[in-house]
Amino acid sequence: MSVVTNTTTIGAIDAPSRRNTELMMMVFAIAISVFAYANVGLAMDGSLPSGMFGYGAGLILLGGVAHLVVRKFAPYSDPLLLPLATLLNGLGLVLIWRLDQSPRLIQRAEYLYGSYSPDAPKQLLYSAIGVALFVAVLIVLKDHRILQRYTYISMAAALILLVIPMFFPAVNGAKIWISVGSFTIQPGEFAKILIAVFFSGYLMVKRDALALASRRFMGLYLPRGRDLGPIITIWALSILVLVFETDLGTSLLFFGLFVVMLYVATERTSWIVFGLLMSAAGAVGVASFEPHVQERVNAWLDPFAKSTMAQSDQIAQSLMSFGSGGTLGTGLGQGHSDLIMFAANADFILSTVGEELGLAGMMAVLLIYGLIVERGVRTALAARDPFGKLLAIGLSGAFAIQVFVVAGGVMGLIPLSGMTMPFLAYGGSSVLANWALIAILIRISDTARRPAPAPAPTSDAEMTQVVRP
Amino acid sequence: MNKPLRRIAIFCGVLIFALLARTNYLQYVKADELNTRDENRRVRIERYAHERGDIIVDGGKAVTGSTETKDSDFKYKRVWQDGPMWAPVTGYSSQAFDASQIEKIEDGILTGNDDQLFFDRTKSLFTGDKKQGGNVVTTLNSAAQKAAFTGLGNKKGAVAALDPQTGAILALASTPSYDPSTFAGNSDKDSKAWQALQKDKDKPMLNRALRETYPPGSTFKIVTAAAALENGLYTDIDAKTKSPVPFRLPQTSQDLPNEGSIQCENVSLREALRISCNTVFGKISDDLGNQKMIDQADKFGFNKDVFTPVRATASIYPKDVPPQNAMAGIGQASNRATPLQMAMVASAVANDGKLMQPYMVANRQSPSLDNIYTHEPEQLSQPLSGENAQKLQEMMKTVVESGTGSNAKIPGVTVGGKTGTAQHGLGNSENPYAWFISYAKTDSGSPVAVAVVVEDSEATRDDISGGGLAAPIAKKVMQAVIDSKK
Repeated sequence: MSVVTNTTTIGAIDAPSRRNTELMMMVFAIAISVFAYANVGLAMDGSLPSGMFGYGAGLILLGGVAHLVVRKFAPYSDPLLLPLATLLNGLGLVLIWRLDQSPRLIQRAEYLYGSYSPDAPKQLLYSAIGVALFVAVLIVLKDHRILQRYTYISMAAALILLVIPMFFPAVNGAKIWISVGSFTIQPGEFAKILIAVFFSGYLMVKRDALALASRRFMGLYLPRGRDLGPIITIWALSILVLVFETDLGTSLLFFGLFVVMLYVATERTSWIVFGLLMSAAGAVGVASFEPHVQERVNAWLDPFAKSTMAQSDQIAQSLMSFGSGGTLGTGLGQGHSDLIMFAANADFILSTVGEELGLAGMMAVLLIYGLIVERGVRTALAARDPFGKLLAIGLSGAFAIQVFVVAGGVMGLIPLSGMTMPFLAYGGSSVLANWALIAILIRISDTARRPAPAPAPTSDAEMTQVVRP
Repeated sequence: MNKPLRRIAIFCGVLIFALLARTNYLQYVKADELNTRDENRRVRIERYAHERGDIIVDGGKAVTGSTETKDSDFKYKRVWQDGPMWAPVTGYSSQAFDASQIEKIEDGILTGNDDQLFFDRTKSLFTGDKKQGGNVVTTLNSAAQKAAFTGLGNKKGAVAALDPQTGAILALASTPSYDPSTFAGNSDKDSKAWQALQKDKDKPMLNRALRETYPPGSTFKIVTAAAALENGLYTDIDAKTKSPVPFRLPQTSQDLPNEGSIQCENVSLREALRISCNTVFGKISDDLGNQKMIDQADKFGFNKDVFTPVRATASIYPKDVPPQNAMAGIGQASNRATPLQMAMVASAVANDGKLMQPYMVANRQSPSLDNIYTHEPEQLSQPLSGENAQKLQEMMKTVVESGTGSNAKIPGVTVGGKTGTAQHGLGNSENPYAWFISYAKTDSGSPVAVAVVVEDSEATRDDISGGGLAAPIAKKVMQAVIDSKK
């Protein structure tokens, strides 16, 4: 008999924490970002940028704090999530700073607003707040299962967040903003996490009812009406969001999220069929009478058509950005992705990656996103409680869908919808929400990978010793 | 729950894979197509990202340049020295309004993108030199150009001067002119300047030397005389012709009048040209008939476009009924000619009957100033025999020595010429055009032939005559060429 007595079948004994791996990866992520920053400066002005020290120091500080907090509060968590997020955030800052230098965008801002203020410092501030939120989540949320208690509160909060923008004026055709003074937030980003929490809680309780209490009809299992109720409600809501806020991306994201989580919870393929049918019905219905959506679809079908170009040449410009990047790209700071003008550093930031880092850079960035999703799915697989499993797959599924919808939109693979590339794009709400998302995933993975505590020695144990003959 | 989780993992993988496939498709498969689209501003940004090559005159002097712009993503814009004077030669090159003439035709050389410059581009790829455009060396003579431009002054008109022995264009002026520098960029100011030029009633952007056709008037009598000699209608220029006064236009009851009270009945060819008899040449044209006149005009270059390499509009000797044909023989009716065409007529006579292909690009140079193209003079046709050419030279000499073209006399130089006053407008109501074509001749052949047209509606009608308005300008141009050869 060894010294360690383990009577559970769960978890590995003395799992390596991998915190040093994480530290190495963090160093790597920050070094790449700082080099990229130097690269932009050298390409655009021929000298190292003056803010390089401050930028590097800021990134090291943020990354360092995040790492130390993970080391202290989530020692067994996944070692890749934090460095990957840091790398994307750092690269995003470099790209935003690079676009800040664009004479075209400066001219445009001065023409439209009479003044120009760079976005990179603001984004650095948002990143700092984002990391602070990350730290706060890790410290406050000792166990992700606590979130289960807030299932219905989450739903209420998410609904409120989603509905509020209807009462604010549309910005560039989409009502997805709440603006208070000069402060604007995009509530959809936060709603995404809240909805995932609600669904995890709801489905964990109802999954058996949904999966089993059903009638068979034409080879499909039709669930009971009372179980289906909330699902129909959410479907209707996402359609409403689409109609009233003309926000294609958010409704697509939510609906995808619901389908994914329902399928995972019930293990019934029929949910996917339902989901697809419902989303198809919703999309066709809305597209047939909502001009904003029609425009998007037309722009997607023929981005170079005269009528499309007259309205907005963003997609065309974005495609040409990707084209001119070619295999290796023009080099940071040497492209003309700023020709996209509006939202060049937000929704369309990927075009700058495409043009200046080329196909190689695009593949790398997409693979980084792919890795984050993969680590999230792994966390879901490793999680030992159904709530954690559902939450992890919900969050990483939402992340994957968001990446696909945004990247697919700017690359002309699917119609464009207004959402931001997580971490890369300029925008406070997006950075904050995604740091929180990563924090929750790290928390779940920490719980999942944490070795089970050694069972307390009991006197019973002695009593039940096998008696040797 | 793990089975659906794995399926969702595959689904997420498919999403990422779709993005990877799409980016490969866009950036590898479609890259070329996207990069060459008209909508792609990068093409133009690249085009203006480096200095354009120069257009050179006098074998070494640049009349163009490039200047850096601050307010645009097009880094360099074109500037011209003496823009209005050289505009008919260079054309324009604007960031907003494209380009014309040499700037357009030789664009590949000037931007450095031409295939002929492939090795230069490859070389600079390795040496890291800044990309540069090549130069276009023209045949233009700045002294002659200046004489032509200042000679025209504020009158409307055009001058074309050729070297008869090679066909090299020495001067090409058109007034009123424009300064291409005013709209070379793409700012609002440039756009306003362009709009103003487009709306200008005087059409300053019209290249009158190459693109405007005028009735050539009496200067066309040179062609008619050449046709008479070539077809053997008359052989001796001093023998009496069979030409009555008045000469009745065939098939009509109308007489072809002479100017004033000049004595034209049965005069010799030399005398007829000296005093510019309409009756004599109208009758020659009628005697030869429309087809022979067309054939002779064609040999001088009429009825087809001339490429110098800038295109010059085709001059027209029309297919016509006999009365109109007789009128066309004295340069009226539907007979139209560009100044360049009439300079070609004078140059063929001066060059003993050989008409050389007019050209203005002598060399093209790579950015490293190596010649990558040199023009070889090339004969276009032989409108008349050497013998007949000399007879015509005699006649044209008489015009200047003791006839209507005496204003073109240059001391110590043999000058031959012909005046013209072309009627135009409905019922000849508008002020006529003043023409003068001439050549100078020295011991080593003829260095210059020139055509001048002045369409001045300001002058009073009686003052307008080829000898009075146009001949002095031609004289200055010829003088400038001769002086620069010394």
